[in-house]
Amino acid sequence: MLELSNLNVAYGRAQVLRDLSLTVASGEILCLLGRNGAGKTTTMKAIMGLLPLMSGRIALDGQAVSDLPPHRVPRTGIGYIPQGRGLFAELTVAQNLEIGLMVRKSGPEVLEGVLELFPRLRERFRQRAETLSGGEQQMLATARALCLEPEVLLLDEPTEGLQPSMIELIRQVIVVMRDRGVAVLLVEQRVDAVLAVADRVAFIENGRNLETLDAAALRADHDILQRHLGV
Amino acid sequence: MEIGPYLMLASLEGAVTAAVLALTAVGLSLVFGVMRVVNVAHGEFFMLGAVLAWWITSLIGGHPALGFAVALLVVPVLVGLLAAAADMTVLKRVAYDPERTIVATIGILYILQQVTLMTYGADARPVEPPFNTRLALPWVEFVGGKLQLYWPWGLSTTSYKLAVIGAAAGVLLGVWWGMTRTKVGLLMRATQMDRDMALAFGIPVERVYALVFGLGAGLAAMAAVLIVPIQQAHYLMGGDPLLLSFIVVIIGGLGSLPGTVVAAILIGLSDGIISVFFSPTLAKILATLLVALVLVFRPQGLFGVRRA
Repeated sequence: MLELSNLNVAYGRAQVLRDLSLTVASGEILCLLGRNGAGKTTTMKAIMGLLPLMSGRIALDGQAVSDLPPHRVPRTGIGYIPQGRGLFAELTVAQNLEIGLMVRKSGPEVLEGVLELFPRLRERFRQRAETLSGGEQQMLATARALCLEPEVLLLDEPTEGLQPSMIELIRQVIVVMRDRGVAVLLVEQRVDAVLAVADRVAFIENGRNLETLDAAALRADHDILQRHLGV
Repeated sequence: MEIGPYLMLASLEGAVTAAVLALTAVGLSLVFGVMRVVNVAHGEFFMLGAVLAWWITSLIGGHPALGFAVALLVVPVLVGLLAAAADMTVLKRVAYDPERTIVATIGILYILQQVTLMTYGADARPVEPPFNTRLALPWVEFVGGKLQLYWPWGLSTTSYKLAVIGAAAGVLLGVWWGMTRTKVGLLMRATQMDRDMALAFGIPVERVYALVFGLGAGLAAMAAVLIVPIQQAHYLMGGDPLLLSFIVVIIGGLGSLPGTVVAAILIGLSDGIISVFFSPTLAKILATLLVALVLVFRPQGLFGVRRA
């Protein structure tokens, strides 16, 4: 279980997160919804230790992740798929995945398992990441995070700019991971995509918690979305 | 004597300059590429390499080859460790902020230079080359319509100069191999491409930085050990390599290793040839002019990639 308690985070002097708290249980998909600039991406960066916390605590299964230096965070089992994919563009598909495997010293069987989920990457194995199509790049970013056998997956707008078949593939992989007991924190703009997979939905605004609901309640009552997002 | 033999001699001298310059500049380029740090103290690590080479060879004595071999192995490691320590104690503290690292490395420059002056002194001291056979060079001429070789008087080089060229080429191949074929190289390149994502995938970026800074300084020190039997060690000798390395790195494209090597060969060879036929000052003027032209017309350098 991933627990964020009372996070306060700032870029320089501009405070972005204010007393933000979230929990994501194993085998659950929590979706973070909010307008642009609400602090969704900032939350993810803060979990990865890429932004310093002013105060608050991030814990994975009770262990304080927020006390670790940034490069130790992924070793606790947090896989990050950032917005814009964040691939190592000039490295090959194989090398990008190798970096994922190195995080927790995963063996070749992990790579095999990941390539079974994304057979297309096997065909592109020796190609540089920057030569892949947008959908393939998203597969690679996801596959790289899966290479560390994560207990928590952070996905920041994974379906942005993808064609429907690719969106469906990513959705399926997210569901597979949930069913394997991974805690999934998902940031997504498209509400229909969220409602299709999420177990719970957390609304945030100006870096503060608004309301956290079961997705079922949201599916039943669309007025809530209207209220929080104006859509 | 016709112009051909002169040209060959000038090219050979230029090739020695190019070889040493390529090593020094690749060190600078590596540090800039991976860490985005402009290391103004780079020339002092070069100087330190030469001075330590003198110190170790005079300490060991015996056959010159013995002391030189020890210096070649030990000096780059010593200088690399010193640089890594400077990275961890100084550059890390200023968070690799571009302006502050420039000021900090200027500080390191003066500390190294003045400590050398206070301990080693202001003299230029020679290191004996490990081997130094004079090799006469042949040229071709037509005799009765047939090509044949002859050995013009005074046309010669030394075995040591050829060895410098060979050693530099070998080390550069080693760096290329290390960067492209090893795990450490992979970590360095990943850090260079995206520091935050490197951290998010467990790469200890701080340790990679210390390693790269040490490696860059070590390459400069190795270049200095190779050149010191030809040039002598002096506490102010770091200025020229620093300037020329910057020229080479700008022409080749900041952070591009192949570009750096090509530019080093270009600048080194033209420096040798122009110095022999005209004057060394003209060579420096032309090199600086070339930098200006590159900066105006192709700011990313000959082999650089324009950054978004």
